[in-house]
Amino acid sequence: MDREIIIGLETHVELKTKSKIFCSCSAQFGGEPNTNTCPRCLAMPGTLPVLNKQAVEFAMKAALALNCEILPFCVFDRKNYFYPDLPKGFQTSQYTYPLARNGYIDIKVNGKTRRIRINRIHLEDDAGKSIHEKNYSLVDLNRAGVPLIEIVTEPDIRSPEEARLYLEKLKAILEYTEVSDCRMEEGSLRCDANISLRPFGSDKLGTKTEIKNLNSFRSVQRGLEYEVWRQNQALDNGEEIVQETLQWDEDLGVTVPMRSKEEAHDYRYFPEPDLVPTVITEEWIEAVRSTIPELPDSRFKRFVEEYGLPEYDAEVLTASRPVADYYEACLKFCPDPKAVSNWVMVDLFALLKANNMELADCLISPENLGEMIKLIKEGTISSKIAKTVFEEMFKTGKTASTIVEEKGLVQISDEGELRALVERVVAESPKSVEDYKNGKKKALGFMVGQVMKETKGKANPQLVNKLLLEILDN
Amino acid sequence: MKISINDVEHVADLARLHLDEKEKEQLAGQLSSVLDYIDMLNELDTKDVPPTTLAVFIDNVFRSDEVGQSLTNEVALANAPDKKDGFFRVPTII
Ligand SMILES: [Zn+2]
Repeated sequence: MDREIIIGLETHVELKTKSKIFCSCSAQFGGEPNTNTCPRCLAMPGTLPVLNKQAVEFAMKAALALNCEILPFCVFDRKNYFYPDLPKGFQTSQYTYPLARNGYIDIKVNGKTRRIRINRIHLEDDAGKSIHEKNYSLVDLNRAGVPLIEIVTEPDIRSPEEARLYLEKLKAILEYTEVSDCRMEEGSLRCDANISLRPFGSDKLGTKTEIKNLNSFRSVQRGLEYEVWRQNQALDNGEEIVQETLQWDEDLGVTVPMRSKEEAHDYRYFPEPDLVPTVITEEWIEAVRSTIPELPDSRFKRFVEEYGLPEYDAEVLTASRPVADYYEACLKFCPDPKAVSNWVMVDLFALLKANNMELADCLISPENLGEMIKLIKEGTISSKIAKTVFEEMFKTGKTASTIVEEKGLVQISDEGELRALVERVVAESPKSVEDYKNGKKKALGFMVGQVMKETKGKANPQLVNKLLLEILDN
Repeated sequence: MKISINDVEHVADLARLHLDEKEKEQLAGQLSSVLDYIDMLNELDTKDVPPTTLAVFIDNVFRSDEVGQSLTNEVALANAPDKKDGFFRVPTII
């Protein structure tokens, strides 16, 4: 039986404030264990929290970028549970009065736009980190007290693929707003998923399970695909789905139930008496709104309209802000949108990937890439030679013209010089000449190739083509 | 309001308290009378009173995002019953 998939995601995002949410310890990632703690984030008796204003503003900025309404009044609550990485014995979160509600993200699925609604966004503090050894566990409280936002969707997601697309888009938007590093491998963006199945046409939700530990885009999709399969299997066998919390095991590729004791949660939320309410005025909201940069959707639209790029190019280039910024910086030096797009999307991405590098580490400045494309357009180098030049630029950071000069890569566009060479190639290839005269146009390509080979790729291919035709057709 | 032995066990479990049978009996009675006492508040008409989360009427107390001094690792771990390589060491979690 075919069933409808219902998925909702809860995403935790660490905000990149300098200090923690309720104390002045550094919130920077890394550092020796337990070196960024103080009596407050260690929860020593008698200490009191004071809210970091920047954390509130980053949360507001994220909420506005995700099309949410900011509520005029929000209150922190205590979410009570015991865990060794939670020294206070409760997480300081927002329950009844969250910071923001009713947002959405639009994603593109098979060319169609799908809107995933966001139910709420609230502000809270992160817990520490536990490392589990065989006979004991180790706790580092450097992360305890780092500000987090939790972004909760409505159950609007209809496939594991949509879940991944939602998360990719969420990450892109948050990166654009610069409120978080969004590094999944460092845990600054983490995702839990709720999933249930129901017969198509039913308006009743089936029993759901929750999957934790989906720590990469890949595991979000794979974990959910596995769980869809598992639930379908169980339902087909007439079994009931048990509402439980599961852990995704990336290595084994399966979801496993977490110990039931841990999920017997009864958080006994109550308002945090040590923090005062936050009142957010329209003026404050507008001040934060004015700091939001152009976001992926509108940048995509502009790239298509202003630069005439194919939608695919615009999509790829705007998916990450550093890439879009780099692309537009290149255009300043070489106003040929499609040519720049090709070099960035195809050649640059390939080299970055092959060398396992990020754009930030790239030695080719936008100015240098722009200059190189200009050299091609002016006929100084052929596009074939440009690939070599480009690789050299990538390795050394030198300008294209320096490399061309050092390596003697200037394109041969001297007609006299090339004509002599073309005549020689024609004389040495009687078989190809005959084939060509018999209508085999491919023979022409072979002779062009021979000339390119003789010149180590430096001959101007258009000119070679023209000269060959002149000589052969006479 | 009647608090059952089950309720007491549940709350004790959440609070990591180990109670013997006699204590459970005793607490069931005591918790019931506490709740009965609090229930008297329900006799008041609070229809027009907004929910209150705090007894003081101030809002928006913030600190600015500046990094201050943290404790050294030695001081942070000074009260820990057990430690290893700069970490707090605790009984196995999973
Ligand atoms: Zn601290």
